[in-house]
Amino acid sequence: MSEAPKKYMNPYLAGFFLGFVLLTTIYVSGRGLGASGAIKSFVVKTVETIAPEHASTTNYYINQKQNNPGGPLKSWLVFEVIGVLIGAFLSAVMSNRVMVKIEKGPGVRNGVRIAAAVFGGALFGFGSQLARGCTSGAALSGMAVMSFGGILTMMAIFGMAYAMAYFFRKLWINKAN
Amino acid sequence: MGPLVPDIISNEFNFIIAIIVGIGFGFALEQAGFGSTKKLVGLFYGYDFTVLKVFMTAGVTAMVGITILNHLGMLDVSIIYINPTFMWAAIIGGVIMGGGFIIGGFCPGTSVVAAASGKVDGMAFVFGSALGIFAFVEGYPLVKDLMIAENLGDLLVFEMMGISRELFALMMIFVASGIFIGVTQIENKVNNKKTEWLKSSFFKYGVSIGLAVVIVLITMITPTRAELMDKRIDAKLAAGECEPQMMEEDKLAFELMHNYYRYNVIDVRSAEEFKAFHIPTAINIPLEELHKTEYINQVVQNIKTNVFYGANFEQAQRACLVAKYHGRAENFALNCTALEFNEDFFLLTDDQAPDNKVDGETFVFRKSAAQKLKEIGEAVANLDKPVVKKAKRVQGGCS
Repeated sequence: MSEAPKKYMNPYLAGFFLGFVLLTTIYVSGRGLGASGAIKSFVVKTVETIAPEHASTTNYYINQKQNNPGGPLKSWLVFEVIGVLIGAFLSAVMSNRVMVKIEKGPGVRNGVRIAAAVFGGALFGFGSQLARGCTSGAALSGMAVMSFGGILTMMAIFGMAYAMAYFFRKLWINKAN
Repeated sequence: MGPLVPDIISNEFNFIIAIIVGIGFGFALEQAGFGSTKKLVGLFYGYDFTVLKVFMTAGVTAMVGITILNHLGMLDVSIIYINPTFMWAAIIGGVIMGGGFIIGGFCPGTSVVAAASGKVDGMAFVFGSALGIFAFVEGYPLVKDLMIAENLGDLLVFEMMGISRELFALMMIFVASGIFIGVTQIENKVNNKKTEWLKSSFFKYGVSIGLAVVIVLITMITPTRAELMDKRIDAKLAAGECEPQMMEEDKLAFELMHNYYRYNVIDVRSAEEFKAFHIPTAINIPLEELHKTEYINQVVQNIKTNVFYGANFEQAQRACLVAKYHGRAENFALNCTALEFNEDFFLLTDDQAPDNKVDGETFVFRKSAAQKLKEIGEAVANLDKPVVKKAKRVQGGCS
């Protein structure tokens, strides 16, 4: 593992490859890519396992159960995300990028970074359910099929992130000044 | 043809496809550098626009691809999953996600990629997403109204702008290219690098963009197969060629009474009109859909004789030509319209009985034929119908 990590792929080439994967998905399965939906399936499964009574009396879980008679984990996105884990790991191994570490802006403490990641993740998770998809499911796939809602969500995500970038600059680019 | 699921590839095998596609997805994201949070947020501070470049290239590639496949009739865009537009949920959800992006430094897909390559912050983000989704699920009754407000349905952006799919794809190619040039300049400025436009890379990117533009232009200029078919049929009609063979209404009634199994009677009107009245044993294939793969096979066969009828003679004639275009030469057009047939047979009343013998015989025949046809129609009601394969829109999305 002493070898240095390889360079990242040319962004346009990577984008073309990603677009091709997305196109194949739509051609074969008729649907786009996604990510947050798989995490939701795990959440639903966890609640159903830990608190079955709660799950059987709350409408949301009952609806989920009706829509997925095979159980929450038997969903397309869960399988797709398993693939993402495999593919990302393979790619990272090939390019010498697998290592356990916390990546953060300069001068940020580990605890702060992890807390921010959890909090940011929570916001993203909540927002993705409201908007019926995240950057993959709503923004990228939505853009590919030219859905107005998907493109709207994409602009909202990036617009808000830009608007807030100044206020959270210390998390990322604070250079000892 | 496409999407291949569920007709060509089963729903079960679709899960295997999901894993394969996921591997490609994860591989592409990791190779692009999406496993690194610093690369991701670089976009918002101007030092690294990789995310935007990858994202836009991927979106435009898929968009152009879908446009071509649609044009070639290889992908039925009317049944692929289109993210529905719920105005407020889309905007507010996006705004919340934007906040999560800049604070957490990932989005769900990229956090999974980061976690897979050992980044602890990625794992923390995945855990956080689960918490957020849990909060949403538990608080669902509170946000339900917001979630379903302003439902605009499967709204497509180019429809809203009043332009064609192809033109929008073309515009997006130029918009993306402009963005790429702009962000490269910003990126170099922030990193104190001089922007150099190398001749070699200029050529490389120019060719790629040009290729995409040419492909979309070709789809704009060349007609689709359906358009081509319509054009050729129109030309033949205008030239007065190809008068279809005609079938008398009494002859049809007689044949149906005795040999109904030899005839493929096709009603080319709309489903509503068909429901209101149709000749017994007839099947319904609306004229506009006749050329589609799933229907044309009903027509191009060598066992039965096709008899077309519609709301007017032109419909029946055109249907004959469509069938002929696809390789079936033996077609008949009924010499009367659906409503005339109904009047001449089923709506006959005794006071309409003519007083001369020749017409009287016809009258008696038609009365009895109506009775007999009704019986046959009921008897074979469920026998000869095409299997209604209502293509359902594919379920998808992240929710």
